Amino acid sequence: MSLSHDEILRIAHLARLEVREDEVAALQQKLGAILGLIDRMRSVDTTGVEPMAHAQDLVQRLREDRVTEPDARALYQSIAPQVEAGLYLVPKVLE
Amino acid sequence: MHDLTLKQLSEALRAKKFSSEELTRAALARIHRFNGRLNAFITVDDQKSLAQARVADAMIGRGEGGPLTGIPVAHKDLFCAKGWRTTCGSKILGNFVAPYDAHVIEQFDRAGAVIAGKANMDEFAMGSSNENSFFGPVRNPWDASRVPGGSSGGSAAAVAARLVPAATGTDTGGSIRQPASFTGTCGLRPTYGAVSRFGMVAFASSLDQGGALARSAGDLALVMNVMGGFDARDSTSVDRPKEDYTRELSRDGARPLDGVRIGMPMEYFTSDLAADVAAPVLAAIDEMKKLGATVVKVSLPNQSLAVPVYYVIASAEASSNLSRFDGVRYGHRAPDYTDLMDMYKKSRAQGFGAEAKRRILIGTYVLSHGYYDAYYLQAQRVRRLIARDFSEAFRQCDVIAGPATPSVAFPLGEKSEDPVQMYLNDLYTISVNLAGLPGMSVPCGFGAHGMPVGLQLIGDYFSEAKMLGIAHQFQRASDWHARAPSGFGA
Repeated sequence: MSLSHDEILRIAHLARLEVREDEVAALQQKLGAILGLIDRMRSVDTTGVEPMAHAQDLVQRLREDRVTEPDARALYQSIAPQVEAGLYLVPKVLE
Repeated sequence: MHDLTLKQLSEALRAKKFSSEELTRAALARIHRFNGRLNAFITVDDQKSLAQARVADAMIGRGEGGPLTGIPVAHKDLFCAKGWRTTCGSKILGNFVAPYDAHVIEQFDRAGAVIAGKANMDEFAMGSSNENSFFGPVRNPWDASRVPGGSSGGSAAAVAARLVPAATGTDTGGSIRQPASFTGTCGLRPTYGAVSRFGMVAFASSLDQGGALARSAGDLALVMNVMGGFDARDSTSVDRPKEDYTRELSRDGARPLDGVRIGMPMEYFTSDLAADVAAPVLAAIDEMKKLGATVVKVSLPNQSLAVPVYYVIASAEASSNLSRFDGVRYGHRAPDYTDLMDMYKKSRAQGFGAEAKRRILIGTYVLSHGYYDAYYLQAQRVRRLIARDFSEAFRQCDVIAGPATPSVAFPLGEKSEDPVQMYLNDLYTISVNLAGLPGMSVPCGFGAHGMPVGLQLIGDYFSEAKMLGIAHQFQRASDWHARAPSGFGA
């Protein structure tokens, strides 16, 4: 089970991870090995079995629509890479 | 002081034999003395710890508090602690100072415990050897050329070396039980939903669970009493009455395990299990028979699918959880980039280590269009088969016993080049997380190279008190848990 060069780059793009050309071969090898391990479970007959998302039969709890949290923006932004006037700064998206 | 159990320390503090400040100073001295060798801690802050110790002394002075008041506890570095650097063993959070406390940290704070420091770990809890930390590997106190296990390697090493009497950890695929087994300590991973994940940085949300490492089942029970309990801020926290995890510790008589049926899964005792690990595990089960337990052979037919299923689900959930690390609001941002997309890609490529990147990529792949049904949904279906195997087994037994790991702790570097070899370490622990069950490891002897071996106990949902009771009786009749590595002197 091996991924092609282009597939590696496609997945890396989806994952927003920069992958250099000289890193692709090693990734193909290691990811291929992991997918080989994973392949063992693909052929199991699971007809009629419901997917299990997690252990407990839980339903999302809802709460009242009331304000319960204090405004801690200054605290939370004190650890941000770049802020100005209460806004997080990132490179321009729209020209 | 460092040889006393949690219970003994608590009694001594209450009897004013020494203060929390003295106890904390002594713990910090040991940490500073031995951390160069072990690398068990990423962050230590004497001033903060001592300030907490003084608060604890005031509580004790007023006759307030409980068993954890004044006790120094190490916290795995993915529990957010306000004002403390919280790195998750990663460069991408290398400069992240948490602006809030995790629920678990709040619980310890309310109980008057002291934060001894932030324990080293595999990056984002991804690993079985603590060799994946940006801050360097942790070494096994029993043999510094060997791994302590992972991902809670720092927590396990700190307890094994008697730097602290207890530490928190997390267990997504075995990350408490496996290092406990490798370091001769006691570890408990509670039922999914028993400990709040609020403020516990997420790796795989349907598998993660916070738990503890300590030197005895009795001490684990005291720590669980602080950690457990409903928290409305975690939507997977189970709303059930708070329980006393010490309630099944006191059973007397010559045959205290009378009536307890221990299930031995056939699939755990194959040629995958090293003979030097099987021997002490089987001897421990024999010991429990002498204490009155009966042994029943059970089967977990889908056991061989657990590792493949886990690496689909855990990777998928990790790829989703780690997408928040983008250099925008916190954490590492690349110093140079051309545009927003480039900023994301470079920040993440620079900030994440190789294992984290591998899992993000696998996770992205199995969730992507065209592969979601064949991989992710299929894995979730096989997961239900694995959970059903356990439910079936628990109709015939009260607790399952077996090995926690297929071998003793291996040398650093031995498996780090081969991800699949590393993943197979979790052979016996992973299915427990998939099913959401509680699991423990307690020391039961030594294997090859004089390295510790752990006995794993797996219980039905919310049966931790029963499991702790069984482990406690085993520990009353044996002393493996009291053994300590040499070289960490008085």
